[in-house]
Amino acid sequence: MPGSPLKRPIRVLVAKPGLDGHDRGAKVVAAALRDAGMEVIYTGLHQTPEMIAQAAIQEDVDVVGLSILSGAHLTLFPRVKQLLVEAGRDDVLVTGGGIIPPEDIDALRKQGIGRLFGPGTPTAELVKYIEEWAAEHVSA
Amino acid sequence: MSGGERKPVYTPDDLAGFDARRALGKPGEYPFTRGIHPTMYRGRLWTMRQFAGFGSAEDTNQRYKFLLEHGQTGLSVAFDFPTLMGYDSDHPRAEGEVGKCGVAISSLADMEDLFRGIPLDRVSTSMTINGPAAMLFCFYVAAAEKQGVSADKLRGTVQNDILKEYMAQHAWVYPVEPALKIIVDMFEWCAEHAPLWNTISISGYHIREAGATAAQELAFTLANGFTYVERGLARGLDVDAFAPRLSFFWDIHNDFFEEIAKLRAARRIWARHMKERYHAKQARSCMMRFHSQTAGVTLTAQQPMNNVVRVAYQALAAVLGGTQSLHTNSLDETLALPTEEAVRLALRTQQIIAHETGVAEVIDPLGGSYYVESLTDQLEREAEALFAEIQSVGGVVRGIESGWFQRQIARSAEAFQREVEAGRRVLVGVNDFLSEDDHPVEILKVSGDAEDSQRRRLARLRAERDGAPVAERLEALRRAAQADRNVLGPMLDCARAYCTLFEIRHALESVYGAYREPVFF
Repeated sequence: MPGSPLKRPIRVLVAKPGLDGHDRGAKVVAAALRDAGMEVIYTGLHQTPEMIAQAAIQEDVDVVGLSILSGAHLTLFPRVKQLLVEAGRDDVLVTGGGIIPPEDIDALRKQGIGRLFGPGTPTAELVKYIEEWAAEHVSA
Repeated sequence: MSGGERKPVYTPDDLAGFDARRALGKPGEYPFTRGIHPTMYRGRLWTMRQFAGFGSAEDTNQRYKFLLEHGQTGLSVAFDFPTLMGYDSDHPRAEGEVGKCGVAISSLADMEDLFRGIPLDRVSTSMTINGPAAMLFCFYVAAAEKQGVSADKLRGTVQNDILKEYMAQHAWVYPVEPALKIIVDMFEWCAEHAPLWNTISISGYHIREAGATAAQELAFTLANGFTYVERGLARGLDVDAFAPRLSFFWDIHNDFFEEIAKLRAARRIWARHMKERYHAKQARSCMMRFHSQTAGVTLTAQQPMNNVVRVAYQALAAVLGGTQSLHTNSLDETLALPTEEAVRLALRTQQIIAHETGVAEVIDPLGGSYYVESLTDQLEREAEALFAEIQSVGGVVRGIESGWFQRQIARSAEAFQREVEAGRRVLVGVNDFLSEDDHPVEILKVSGDAEDSQRRRLARLRAERDGAPVAERLEALRRAAQADRNVLGPMLDCARAYCTLFEIRHALESVYGAYREPVFF
């Protein structure tokens, strides 16, 4: 993979937590990450944090990307992170995007959530972020 | 934005063989290309209907009173996600989502609060609800009864379009077949008891927002409409008994003339199919009445003030296309739910179009334009080609179950994103004309109080209501479903007894099961 020291593809779980059915962004992002050479698993809609954490562990992913357009981000991001930490997987990056006000992004970063991307973000920016994060944190 | 090829100029040659009488007719006459009323906005302006809802029923009741005081002429209820999915506010799956994107309604008690002080025989109300549409409709009918208003006086619309939920919006409850059965139950019940009520709003909006092109929005939505008609006929209903209460809902995107042509083509296609294919005899059965909303997906988080301009042009297209009602989005909706100030500006945008621009004075002012007529014809041809393709994948229901529609829409969304990222499509403020000093706008914060207060209200409701009729009526509903009888009457009895939304959902789920989506990207 160009620019990555990893010998294997980065594994990403793209997930839609909560009840919000807006999956246009999640699907576009999943396709873009796949096109960038990552291994992408998409959960489908209406997942609980427990279902997402379990899928992340079973699939042994490096990154979990949550897409939330429902306003429930302050509940759902920390819950997924917490479940991963409890399972001994605090090495997994929890990142994502959606309709998330700037002050909430700050609050979530303080709780160990990675960068969060808003509407209009070019997919190349997410790819770069994940590749750079993986280069630093993931051992081959 | 189909991105279809456009010529630099259109001339009489583009309309060779065009028969205005056959293609257009007069306004208010078959095939209604020019509009459904003979006088259109000369007789009455469109209904200005802003979609609103957040927090508790009391919070939203205040917003409705605010909108009515500022000249809005119809109400439109936005429900929160738990309600859209048929969960009570105190259900574990509702956590963190109560009142966030709409109002939380878990029983008749909440519906009574939502419309307190608003006489339901004097407003028309649109409710955006699909999976549990029949349940919320029953709460509304029961709330009206409490005000002394009978169902036959109620005017409004329940979205109730489950097919587009599977395709695009994804707030479903039951599998496709039982969901369609409940919708036909609504057609049947309302024809008898609530004849002024629009039983469904067959929606292109969400299909388009999820990524579809204009032609796909047009074709998929109409194909859904035909499916509902066929299901009604299969029940043995007379087409003219239920078709006049079918209504539509379109997304109004950026490509100005294409959107106008889409609305004109939609009316014509619907009229032709209703008459020729389904043998409707009444003009009202062939008449496509519709609501429009400016395209939320075109709003940008970058330079949000630019959204005011986008919304104004889209609203103008909706009016030139002959809409019956219109919601204009607020400039801040990519950031959060809109503030009162932003909502007022969006409403003022409609009022300026209605009262200052003069466009409402002449019916279908673009009729006869070489370009607009060519585009209308072209969209009709594209839609007919897509109908044939839908047939070839086994029809609408099969196409949903196999994920065909979902894939078509996702591919269009990806293609759009690639065009934007390659700079082949300009989005002002996003990939071109960027500003250094992008001023943030003030955004609405919805407090988390609704969740706690809803939990307390529900606990009180469960403690105070009479438990015996609750259990009895839920059981009667379950038995009606099991015996394949119309479930609307028993469901209304449940609503009257203050059964909660999830209790009703659950009673039917025990018979119908739950929908599982085909997962892919």
